[in-house]
Amino acid sequence: MTSAGLTASLSPVQYLQAQVRWRWSEIVFWLATLLPFVLTPSYLVLASQIAITALFALSLDLILGYSGIVSLGHAAYFGVGAYTAGLLSQAGWGEPLTGLAVAAVAAGLFGYVTSFVVARFRHLALIMITLGIGLVMQEAANSANWITGGSDGLQGIRTWPLFGRIKFDLYGYTAYGYALAGLFLIFLVARRLIHSPFGLALRGIRENSARMPAIGAPIHAHIRTVYTIAAIIAGIAGALLAQTTETVSLESLGFQRSADVLVMLIVGGTGRLYGGLVGAAVYMVARDQLSGLNPQYWYFWIGLLLIAVVMLLPNGLLGGLSTLARRLRASS
Amino acid sequence: MPPVFGVLFDGVAYGMLLFMLSVGLSVTLGMMNFVNLAHGSFAMLGGYVTVTLMNSLGWPFFATLPVAFIAAALCSVVLERLFFRRFYHASDLEQCLLTIGIVFVSIATAAYIYGTINQPVQLPGYLRGSINFAGVNFGVYRMFLIGIALLITIVLVFTIETTRFGAQVRAAVNNQRMARGLGINVDRLFAITFALGCGLAGLGGALAIEIVGLDPSFALTYLIYVLIVVSVGGLGSIWGSFAAAMLLGISDTAGKYYVPAIGAFLIYLVMIVLLMWRPSGLFGKR
Repeated sequence: MTSAGLTASLSPVQYLQAQVRWRWSEIVFWLATLLPFVLTPSYLVLASQIAITALFALSLDLILGYSGIVSLGHAAYFGVGAYTAGLLSQAGWGEPLTGLAVAAVAAGLFGYVTSFVVARFRHLALIMITLGIGLVMQEAANSANWITGGSDGLQGIRTWPLFGRIKFDLYGYTAYGYALAGLFLIFLVARRLIHSPFGLALRGIRENSARMPAIGAPIHAHIRTVYTIAAIIAGIAGALLAQTTETVSLESLGFQRSADVLVMLIVGGTGRLYGGLVGAAVYMVARDQLSGLNPQYWYFWIGLLLIAVVMLLPNGLLGGLSTLARRLRASS
Repeated sequence: MPPVFGVLFDGVAYGMLLFMLSVGLSVTLGMMNFVNLAHGSFAMLGGYVTVTLMNSLGWPFFATLPVAFIAAALCSVVLERLFFRRFYHASDLEQCLLTIGIVFVSIATAAYIYGTINQPVQLPGYLRGSINFAGVNFGVYRMFLIGIALLITIVLVFTIETTRFGAQVRAAVNNQRMARGLGINVDRLFAITFALGCGLAGLGGALAIEIVGLDPSFALTYLIYVLIVVSVGGLGSIWGSFAAAMLLGISDTAGKYYVPAIGAFLIYLVMIVLLMWRPSGLFGKR
């Protein structure tokens, strides 16, 4: 890791404390997320979707970037959250915050149950199992069209005003504020989690899953815990999307969404808290700007980008930037 | 309700097709542990080669099949030299990402050249129609498909079990490092196996057009089926792939006939249960 030199001179507690401290760049980053309110008010709907997708990418980063669990079916949890929030609203309860909570519980429960399966596998079997879970959920939602509306999606979702006062407007002011607040609060939780001893144990599992049990870390229990947490976060992201767009479609738990979020995370950089956030922003803005293109051709560029990132920038954009910064510092 | 024998026959034909599409991936994955998600793209390439030769240049169907095989094999050699070679020791994730990038590019390229519509092929007359035997209709093309696949299976098993090349492949699959230690050139062996496997996928893609159609999403749709066959059958096992392909082909066909409401749901569930029972596949040793 990059901080190998630091660890030699610091005790574990000091090392973790040094990691937890807020840096100037982070404060600037979060202040910059407020800019769309003043600079690009006509793009607030897009901004809210970026914030939601960033949250989803953050949840994937917890399991993929920090714990080394490759998942090709993470949209299953996003979809469970989205459908839970959507169905709740359709049934006549459109209060957003309780909707989020119920969706988080539903996705978390599903994540907890499936984590028992996921924790047992590695390599190809793991990829196939996560892919299988995603495909089963997609087919289940498609077949159960009396509940989910099948390929037409859920109809008649109405989200009530936030705190009973602030209405969701057409321009996305409330939607962006709501999604950004959700992203920021959960980011704080994830940041705390990653810089805890538990977070260190996860990175240990990622680096060497045979050695961690030897030093007394219960790796299956750790993987189950982090997988459930990631499922909860993905569920919240799904619920946010359902509530702010007032629609839920099959696409919310499709393979495409699982693949997209993986691409975003890789482009941004895995195993870094901001990787998914930056990746989601770059990907969504690029897709919005190039939306005149046929979606088929859009995937041509995504494919090339993936190949280029894997061959040239194995740690993503942020990894490349930090390497560049280190080189500049070393030369000056 | 269709008769049991008819469904079984269609299922076997479909299973044979899946076997041809996936056997190459099974062997290369078993040998190098290289997760090649672009395998379906090679099959798609074979399909498009056949379509182009038949519809634009007027070649007969049979003449296009060897070309589909060779085109896919050649293309795989080029990609192996350019990209895959550098990723044999990389993590699963990087291999997945690289190859899925190739899948995206291939799908977009196919859509650019051929459009997103289904490509038709006009089979020669003697392969069309069906033969009625004991009250059951047997499609001629499906019988032809089963024949070709059986022939290929026999040749494959013969090659793997009795020739020197086959012995080297088995050694490399069992223990790559030990095989290197014994002086086997595993890299060259792998390149040859990879090309043969991708060529078979290309041939499978060409034969699949009549059964399942061909459009740019083929690479992704059949990738999932191929991966199911490989992971359920066990890496590096020809018989495992054969059994898994048959199981999948018959259960998928039967499911579509008898319980269409469930759709593909059953297949994925069967895969998850089988993998939970035996994580390294039915015939896998590791």
